Amino acid sequence: MTATTPAGTASGTSATPTSTTSGGGLAGGRPSPGGTPGPAHTGSAATRVLGLLALVAVGVLVLYGLVISPADREMADSVRIMYVHVPAATLLYVGCFITTVASGLWLWKRTPGWDALAESGAEVGLVFSIVTLFSGSLWGRPTWGTYWVWDARLTSTAVLTALLIGYLALRRLDLDPDARSTRAAVLGLLLVPNVIVVNRSVEWWRSIHQDSTLARLDPTIEGDMLVALMVGFLAMALVFTWLLVHRFRVAWLEQQADRVDLDAALLARRAEAADAEPAPGSAATAGFDPPAGSAPTVPTDAAGAGGPSTGADPTDEKGTPT
Amino acid sequence: MMAMTHGGYVAAVWLGAAALLGGYAVTILRRGRKLSRQVPTEERRWS
Amino acid sequence: MWRDASLIAGRDLRVEARSRVTLNQVAPFALLVLILFAFALDPDGPILERATPGLYWVTVLFSALLAIARSAALDETDGVRDALRLSALDPAGVFVGKAAAVAAELAALEVLLGVGVIILYGADPASLGLLLATCLAATVAVASTGTLYGALVSGLRVRETLLPLLLLPVLAPVLIAATRAFESALGGDPARGWPWCGLLATFAVLYSVAGALAYGTLLEGS
Repeated sequence: MTATTPAGTASGTSATPTSTTSGGGLAGGRPSPGGTPGPAHTGSAATRVLGLLALVAVGVLVLYGLVISPADREMADSVRIMYVHVPAATLLYVGCFITTVASGLWLWKRTPGWDALAESGAEVGLVFSIVTLFSGSLWGRPTWGTYWVWDARLTSTAVLTALLIGYLALRRLDLDPDARSTRAAVLGLLLVPNVIVVNRSVEWWRSIHQDSTLARLDPTIEGDMLVALMVGFLAMALVFTWLLVHRFRVAWLEQQADRVDLDAALLARRAEAADAEPAPGSAATAGFDPPAGSAPTVPTDAAGAGGPSTGADPTDEKGTPT
Repeated sequence: MMAMTHGGYVAAVWLGAAALLGGYAVTILRRGRKLSRQVPTEERRWS
Repeated sequence: MWRDASLIAGRDLRVEARSRVTLNQVAPFALLVLILFAFALDPDGPILERATPGLYWVTVLFSALLAIARSAALDETDGVRDALRLSALDPAGVFVGKAAAVAAELAALEVLLGVGVIILYGADPASLGLLLATCLAATVAVASTGTLYGALVSGLRVRETLLPLLLLPVLAPVLIAATRAFESALGGDPARGWPWCGLLATFAVLYSVAGALAYGTLLEGS
């Protein structure tokens, strides 16, 4: 099985992370106790470097965003919210783009890494969409007096959030991992087209009623404020990437864990069937060499899939007295 | 920083975003550790 | 492909004709929603009249959820699914057939609701051409999108709750466009509505193509 991982591999030094600070960057570590064969976490030298850079960038952002850059003429200090809001919105779209491209590649190549990447892009994207909505809402309050304005960007972001929640809900369900990944991939492939259509229609709709002041959601900025915004983009991008890599590895591990579970359950079942007398219940063994890739869920699978499928149901066999 | 106008909102956004992203990071790291214990090392492709 | 499509459409519509679920359950539900809106908003004031286009299309969308769930349920039993897969039917044809059946049911529903809003809300259908074109485009859009997404959730036990969550955000542009077009038609300014109708037509074409292409993968994958 081949797959691509976005980050490189590293030497065998494992490390435990220090506690997280704002932005979620991770840096440094201590050597693991004892000579355990490989680390029991999703970190690597690459992510530690990435995390450190992210942390530094966030620090610079705090400096520029909150201290060095001046208050806006019209928006006063609430412009500082933009340094979080605008980059978050951009990275939300990056996440969606990743999901769509990875979904398409999975449908084409069927390597599990793309499936894991699609899931990760959507989930990290969802986190950033919540940040976008949250920051946008709190920007609106001092500026317009309300916690929500039906402007194009916030409205589209809200719809996009719903799309992502739906996508992630589909991913958690279904039973056969292959079918689930296929459906999720079709849905994921449609994500960016949906986003484009939604954005266009919402913009067009709101442009009917837009007055010039509302359009100022994206102020023209320059000088130190521009620097702050650029640093904001950089810091958010680093945080996004760090989160994406770790989330990808978690998804990867989940796939492996599913396989490990399945193999263990199959072994257990074979052992059970071998102990049992060869009776009419020998259907239990016969039914147990499932063709690769269409394995039915076994009861021990704790993936929260919600119970056995309506198809070949092993629990029937399990309940059969022998 | 408190001399800022709308300081409360700015603080809320920055701290809130930090909490959201940081909280998510912690969740992911915890899940990673839990899963890593279940999966044999050969399956991993990092570190 | 077209022959397969008409085969499937015929089958779906025949099942509907025999069971009459759309007629006996979905249609009354739709009218009930219209009545509920009248309870919620004041029928004596101007609100209901001004909100008519939006309420109409929201009602159509909710009813469509039911119709699409029914359409997907027709193929969910193992026997039917396998039969579809093993048959030599072109998946794109199956998609078009199912979507056409749903579209037919929705169209009937829309006519019914149209009469409903004229009677209940006092709407005045000034520009009939725009109204009909909008209904046609929106119906195809909803039916094709819905059939595709219905296949995405078919067979799942959480189908009832997942389908709305997946489908409604995707159909938000359809709601926006259809409502704006209807507003123009009912308000006597149809020129502004035609571009929205164009958007609906584009949406309909895009999802019809997407559904036809993806249906094969989905049929196999399940």
